[in-house]
Amino acid sequence: MADPLLQISKLDAYYNDFQALYQLDMSLGEGEVLAIIGSNGAGKTTLMRSISGLISNNSSQMRYRGNPIGALRADQVAALGIALVPEGRQLFPSLSVEENLLIGGRLGRKGPWSLRTVFNLFPILEERRRLPSTSLSGGQQQMVAIGRALMSNPDLILFDEISLGLAPVIIKSIYDALPNIVGEGISAMIVEQDISKAISVSNRVYCLQEGRISLEGSSKSISREEISHAYFGIT
Amino acid sequence: MDWVNVIVQGTLLGGLYALFAAGLSLIFGVMRLVNIAHGDLIIFAAYLGLTVVMTTGLHPILALVFVIPAMALIGYALQVGILNHTLGDDLLPPLLVTFGLSVIIQNSLLEIYTADPQKMDAGVLETASFSLGDLQLGVLPVLTFGIAVVVIASLQWLFYRTALGRAFRAVSDDQDIAQLMGLNRRHIFGLAMALALAVTGIAGILLGIRTSFDPSVGGGRLIFGFEAVIIGGLGNLWGTLAGGVILGVAQTIGAKIDPGWQILAGHVAFLLVLAIRPQGLFPRISG
Amino acid sequence: MRVIRTSKAAKISIMLATLVLLVLILAPWWAGRADIRLMGELFLYLALASLWNLMAGYAGLVSVGQQAYVGFGGYMLFALTIFAGFPPVVAIVGAGALGALVSVPVALLIFRLRGAYFAIGTWVIAEVFRLSFAQVSALGGGSGSSLPVKIVRSMADGRSEREALSYWLALGIAFCVIAAVYMFLRSRQGLALTAIRDNELAASSLGIDIWRTKFVVYVVASALTAMVGALIFLQKLRISPDAAFSVNDWTAFVIFIVVIGGIGTIEGPIIGTLIFFALRETLADLGTVYLMVLGVVAILIMLRAPKGLWGLVRARFDLELFPLGYRVISDKVKKE
Repeated sequence: MADPLLQISKLDAYYNDFQALYQLDMSLGEGEVLAIIGSNGAGKTTLMRSISGLISNNSSQMRYRGNPIGALRADQVAALGIALVPEGRQLFPSLSVEENLLIGGRLGRKGPWSLRTVFNLFPILEERRRLPSTSLSGGQQQMVAIGRALMSNPDLILFDEISLGLAPVIIKSIYDALPNIVGEGISAMIVEQDISKAISVSNRVYCLQEGRISLEGSSKSISREEISHAYFGIT
Repeated sequence: MDWVNVIVQGTLLGGLYALFAAGLSLIFGVMRLVNIAHGDLIIFAAYLGLTVVMTTGLHPILALVFVIPAMALIGYALQVGILNHTLGDDLLPPLLVTFGLSVIIQNSLLEIYTADPQKMDAGVLETASFSLGDLQLGVLPVLTFGIAVVVIASLQWLFYRTALGRAFRAVSDDQDIAQLMGLNRRHIFGLAMALALAVTGIAGILLGIRTSFDPSVGGGRLIFGFEAVIIGGLGNLWGTLAGGVILGVAQTIGAKIDPGWQILAGHVAFLLVLAIRPQGLFPRISG
Repeated sequence: MRVIRTSKAAKISIMLATLVLLVLILAPWWAGRADIRLMGELFLYLALASLWNLMAGYAGLVSVGQQAYVGFGGYMLFALTIFAGFPPVVAIVGAGALGALVSVPVALLIFRLRGAYFAIGTWVIAEVFRLSFAQVSALGGGSGSSLPVKIVRSMADGRSEREALSYWLALGIAFCVIAAVYMFLRSRQGLALTAIRDNELAASSLGIDIWRTKFVVYVVASALTAMVGALIFLQKLRISPDAAFSVNDWTAFVIFIVVIGGIGTIEGPIIGTLIFFALRETLADLGTVYLMVLGVVAILIMLRAPKGLWGLVRARFDLELFPLGYRVISDKVKKE
């Protein structure tokens, strides 16, 4: 494989005083879609927050395009082209739908995504553009959160549990839109509780269990049995 | 007719109080910080204006050209250098640090300028007046009120119609997620404080033209600003203007009854609002 | 397994403290007049600082308006002795009771404010008190009044006896305040208070009535502050609104003492008061510069060592002279 886009080496990460990740090794190639699965508390969100810079780590534990990013602030990481769709959406309540999208695009990076193309992807948002973002339904808020991340025209987009709290029908419609996103050449990491969804859209899958990788493999060839064992830590 | 005059004068006074309060309100809105040194910074701006006037011979209103950018720079440096380090969940550090700043500013001014009351001379502006029906209106109070309205309208426009305003609101909502948008919150907070102190600069100059001042009166200005914010309701700049007006009217009515009761009347109005409608008249965020 | 509350350091410090207390009680016999006055003033500041610390460091009630009660207590002393004919010492207690009474409606009002807004609210109250008392001509109005000579004489015969009495009253009140704070914090109420300070949400979910606990602390602290105020102005023999309700004298200095000494600990105000007076004796001539230095030091401490000097000592040596915590002693021997 060519040089990975993102290389994680021996990452130790903490959630407050509690160590959530132990010596994690992981890599992501350009244009790849990785699925990260694991039960609650396995460390998935800590991983996302570490990569995006919300948690500060050792400088060389994470390399993006060869450059160490572990110790960078979140705004510096965002400027490099890594965007996070946070767990629980976390839209800005004081901003309207449109303003949430606009602020996502404030970095002014070049790329296919703009207010127009995001509205094309999620037409319902155009209808609701002036409404306070938190007055939308859960599924629509998730669309805003994804759109907000897309507006920065990232090269790597991190999805943290986008199906959480949503009805299956909504989850399906969001995942149906995913190929339009990742098809544009963006690399992605998808953290998911919904294993089948995660497998269906990804190239490779990592399973985390208590802060360590318990399984790694190609999404096409991995078996359900392997996943169950890795997920629950059954050896 | 006399009472109408009282109310009008009180309303115009309220414009000055709204200027005192606008900076306070802005900072609280963006970073949930209450700056105990705020009143002393108003007085500091007045002294700055005084020095500019004394050294350049400019008219005090023109001194704003120097004072506004100077205060903005000081605000940015203050925030990034000191106050950013106090922000967090604990409420004590910002409170005690700004209290310490208040003492430092007051005593520095005392050292440099002594305790003698000072006043800036605005010439004709101070005494000019015009008639509106049966009322005699001073040009300076009307100008002050007008400036207050313009400042607040500008701040509203900034907050709700510009990218910087979006950044302010986003950072105030959620600092972490705002960072994901590429916002350096330390810089944003610095800009917010710069803006607040620029407004404070305007307030200081207008105060210094209107009445005499000395290093010890900062606390009183903080209290007036604070009362205007609470009466008007948190998080709403137009509410702050309304709060200022109510405070000004209460004070002027009090002064009409007995000159020694002016400030006390304002406090009473504040306490009444606190007792009856503690969230203020037009609140937008909770304390 | 045993759970104990004390430690060797605490036991030693109790013995030392008793010794120091004895020496201090005997001071009128071994110290000069100026020193007695200085120590008396120190004790009064110590009392004020301990009370402010209880409110701010434990109950989260940061007040920049305690001068309201200092002045109120002073004025009540004058009023009770001049108009009601109370003996001064009784009037001090009366001032405390009246302070408690007046603090109730004040608390009901300002508890509607939170955080820094609460702080400024307390300042407004102090200003209301100041402006109101300036209107009371019977007590001297804006220029104030002096304590009549016969009332002063009624305390004790002879100047040195009066000064000794003032001194013992100051020492007594400081001792009582610290003892009361310590006993309160050791009690269940105190535990509730510390829980509230550490995590209000968690504390309330455990059923602790936050509002009531804070209310009680505010009223008690204000009452005791009023008593200290009464004693202060008994010594000064003269009162005026500006002196009684001075922010600098009764709030700024107190806050600096607590911040520098260490907020949220009982030892902190003690250390802070000693340092404050040491600084004052050496730097006092510098006037405004002295205050600026205090301000700079307080800011530096808040930014670099927020737990104050005692906090540094405590972190370094794991020391607790006023034992508030619990230690678990295991009976099992550790295996190597």
